[in-house]
Amino acid sequence: MSKNSAYTHDHWYSPITDAILMYIPGNSVYRTMRARNARHGTLFILPLIIGFLVFMARPLVESFYMSLSTVTIEQGGYSAAFVGLENYKYALTVDPYYNAKLVEEIGRMSINTLATLVMSFVIAVILNQDFKGRTLCRAIFFLPVILSSGVLPGIESQNEFYDMMASVSEEAANSGLNLSESLQNLLSVSGVGNTVFEVVFTMIDQIYDIVMASGIQIIVFLSGLQTIPDSLYEAASVEGCSAWESFWKITFPMVSPLLLVNCIYTIIDFFMKNDNEVMERINLVMYQQFKFGESAAMSWIYFAVAVVFIALCSFIISKGVHYYED
Amino acid sequence: MKTNSSELKSVSFREANRRSGGILLRNRIIKGSVSVARALLMFGLCFMIIQPLLIRFSSSLMAESDLYDSTVLLVPRNVTLDNYRIVADLTNLPKSMLNTVWTSLLVSVCQIVSCTLVGYGFARYNFPLKKFWFGCCIALIIIPPQTISTSLFIVFSNFDVLGLFKLFTGKTVNLRSSVLPYVLMSLTCMGLKNGLYIYMLRQYFRGIPKSLEEAAYIDGCNTVHTFVRIMLPDAVPIILSCFLFAFVWQWTDLFYTRNFLSTYSIYSTELASIVSRMARYFSADASQTVIVPPARQQQLIFIGVLICSAPLIVLYCFTQKTFVKSLAMTGSKE
Repeated sequence: MSKNSAYTHDHWYSPITDAILMYIPGNSVYRTMRARNARHGTLFILPLIIGFLVFMARPLVESFYMSLSTVTIEQGGYSAAFVGLENYKYALTVDPYYNAKLVEEIGRMSINTLATLVMSFVIAVILNQDFKGRTLCRAIFFLPVILSSGVLPGIESQNEFYDMMASVSEEAANSGLNLSESLQNLLSVSGVGNTVFEVVFTMIDQIYDIVMASGIQIIVFLSGLQTIPDSLYEAASVEGCSAWESFWKITFPMVSPLLLVNCIYTIIDFFMKNDNEVMERINLVMYQQFKFGESAAMSWIYFAVAVVFIALCSFIISKGVHYYED
Repeated sequence: MKTNSSELKSVSFREANRRSGGILLRNRIIKGSVSVARALLMFGLCFMIIQPLLIRFSSSLMAESDLYDSTVLLVPRNVTLDNYRIVADLTNLPKSMLNTVWTSLLVSVCQIVSCTLVGYGFARYNFPLKKFWFGCCIALIIIPPQTISTSLFIVFSNFDVLGLFKLFTGKTVNLRSSVLPYVLMSLTCMGLKNGLYIYMLRQYFRGIPKSLEEAAYIDGCNTVHTFVRIMLPDAVPIILSCFLFAFVWQWTDLFYTRNFLSTYSIYSTELASIVSRMARYFSADASQTVIVPPARQQQLIFIGVLICSAPLIVLYCFTQKTFVKSLAMTGSKE
């Protein structure tokens, strides 16, 4: 029998039967190259499959079921009574804060993602240039990766001194000493659109947070910049390209694939932060009001929003991304 | 205007500039101002990141009396290393650091081994349900681990594979008191941010030309050989980078450590409980607690943070070159 026998009778071929037959020895599909590859591929990702089924599937299904039912805690477990979409209705229409916080958080996330991407790109471009002290600068810009991970960001806010300092700096901001605020007043007098520069000034006020959040992104962009061959720039400058032009025509398109990776990472990072207000609300509803079903519904809505956002961003960016062919 | 290079060298800059019609001077001015602007920007940003660290570092050297002395601002009057010794005591130092090193190493090696395999599988093979499993992998990144922690607690306190243990020994196994559950999770890509590593490795493997593999097949390599001899050596830098990420994040991680490694003294958990420990440490006898002044607390906490991040910074400085270069290929085509 020839190796391609599976493809000779296409009339009964269907993806589903084929997918099953691939794994069962002793039929014509099993012996094809395609089936062999499929088996090897499955073997390679077997750790993920096992892990997902053993550790993730049950909690996920449980939490989804919880979101569809009223949960009451009993001794040694809980009982759930199916109520359909009631919890979702509760989260979106009854809970006084959830809606507002969700919308607010999405708005903040869009701004922050944009700011982080721009910021990390600019910094990466600068770090890629040749100047004295470059290695030191690179090491410094790696610090946020460490300092914003795990136990470290939360630990300092644990004590009263920190709160004291925070309130002091807030007072300073209110007393008119704040430079950005006076600049803001100046600009509002000069008639620049109100919303636009409000957004810009939020960004400026948050610049420390933005830099702290862009550690990984800087490294990823930097690595992308380093793969651009010098010959491209040389050719461009011979043709009379200015630095500005070659930035937009060479640098930007060449790193644009990394934009997608970074964008997704930034969104996820922002959504998963613990100081996120939606997360706080969910935790509060779960651990203080003991409304487990409602909080499960809230987290599923939140999860769905995150997925939609990521899908949207990857769709938009992948339209504009340029892939360099060797 | 015809000038060859040997002539140009001999003339002064002023002369050369006059001959070029001012272009040389213009270029020099542009270059100079760009580098000044760059230096200012870099200095500002770096300063913003380091300034809090520097202030806290200098305050970490102060004796307690300096903290309350309003004439001492940045430079300590009485330099002392005693604070470091106190923090070392508080965080159970040599032991907790050793534990952190070996658990972080073990866990991140396990994670990277399995993530490399999975990433390669996604990059190079077609199989049924591939899209579904890849979706699961992305979901792994998005789902916060808090959502599954309760269920995992139950899973591990009576661990069983398909009811087999119960069938043969009559009871389930309690895995809560060992490092095993977390190693198992790491080996099955369920650790911290593992979806991200899979994604990065997959992107890298996709960038390696297919012809390399085909050549290997023709020369008689089987799948395992191709993977080990052809693909792995090529991917060493990216694997190293992922390993470093895994190591750093595991090092500072609190959530998984608290849930799965609670029986060991790990630095991150010790650091998290440092405030409550301080109260006991400074009191004369162990039964009473004293209130430690907030400024003193802050100082000691920061020393803890410094001890935690110093090894990682050193590690990064040594590996920076491979690290940065290898990440580039993760952006190669979809």
